[in-house]
Amino acid sequence: MSKGLQTLTNGLLKENPTFVLVLGMCPTLATTTSALNGMSMGLATLFVLVCSNIVISLLKNLIPDKVRIPAFIVVIATFVTMVQLAMQAYLPAIYEVLGLFIPLIVVNCIVLGRAEAFAAKNSVGLSALDGLGMGLGFTLALTLLGAIREILGAGKIFGTQIYDSTYTTLIFVLAPGAFIALAYLMAIVNKLMKK
Amino acid sequence: MAYFLIFISAIFVNNIVLSQFLGICPFLGVSKKIDTALGMGAAVTFVLTVATIVTFLLQKLLVMWHVEFLQTILFILVIAALVQMIEIMLKKVSPALYQALGVFLPLITTNCCILGVALIVADEKKLLASLPDHLSANLLTGTLFAFATAIGFALALVLFAGIREQLALAKVPKAMKGTPIALLTAGLLAMAFMGFSGVV
Repeated sequence: MSKGLQTLTNGLLKENPTFVLVLGMCPTLATTTSALNGMSMGLATLFVLVCSNIVISLLKNLIPDKVRIPAFIVVIATFVTMVQLAMQAYLPAIYEVLGLFIPLIVVNCIVLGRAEAFAAKNSVGLSALDGLGMGLGFTLALTLLGAIREILGAGKIFGTQIYDSTYTTLIFVLAPGAFIALAYLMAIVNKLMKK
Repeated sequence: MAYFLIFISAIFVNNIVLSQFLGICPFLGVSKKIDTALGMGAAVTFVLTVATIVTFLLQKLLVMWHVEFLQTILFILVIAALVQMIEIMLKKVSPALYQALGVFLPLITTNCCILGVALIVADEKKLLASLPDHLSANLLTGTLFAFATAIGFALALVLFAGIREQLALAKVPKAMKGTPIALLTAGLLAMAFMGFSGVV
């Protein structure tokens, strides 16, 4: 049990995919224009991570070693297509905003990385927990970054105005703001983790 | 003239890395030296152009057979196979070029700007939105757009590598070392590229 708990919390803090492993930077920077967008992207990735980890862990003894990467990619792409079609049908507004970055979960290094580094070697239960932990860590990072950019750039949090929009710094919702906000957030995390 | 505008738009105004956020991983990963940045840029230009032509034609087949939902799976497999094929062919045809690009080729499969651009060009609406006005979406404009985008990627990568070579000599606060300072630099570079907005 303690091993399961350790696997779950590993992705949240110690090996946080965004702040520590620095994986999946494209969606991290592109979709965090608001807290809600960041969270949606994180949850979509979370779903794909958990499902692909479970299936790959189940199939690990059936897939020949030489073709494992293409096989993993097919499994991942299947779940990504499922998310894509489901979002298109039930959450068209968010799908419109996230757009290209939903199909691009296929090439998100976190998903393939966990498949290769964890799911291909561990039991189904542990792989599911690892996917959940990593996915939650990614969602947490994206929501945090999205919230910071939304507060500074639009004066809102989850769409609710918290201070007058005359005093906002527009650059934070634009492209350069993504790089700068993430840079400082990462530096702060580095500083806190050292202690 | 309109075709020339595709280049200005894709390289400067809507730079794939600095304003679309595609291909950030190699942008941060292989930008420590100008030489490797040039190699990666050239490899991406080559693969991106070929992959876009192939996936554009495949999309026509998908639509013909009414199986559009297979797009993501098919495209990524085709790109992976294509990268492998280019690697084998280069090894035979031009060993010198293979020497220069070889190391970067396997990395390209998971470079999201390849799949990203392929998905943009395959979708008529998205391609039209990325092209300057008065141009129609067809194989020629799609290919030119892909080529120009790749040049934009290479330009951003080489510029960034040049800055990072200097940055390696600078004194940086401990917590900012590594990725944070690189991201901050990229942010300033992105701000500089924002100056081009409105040109096309």
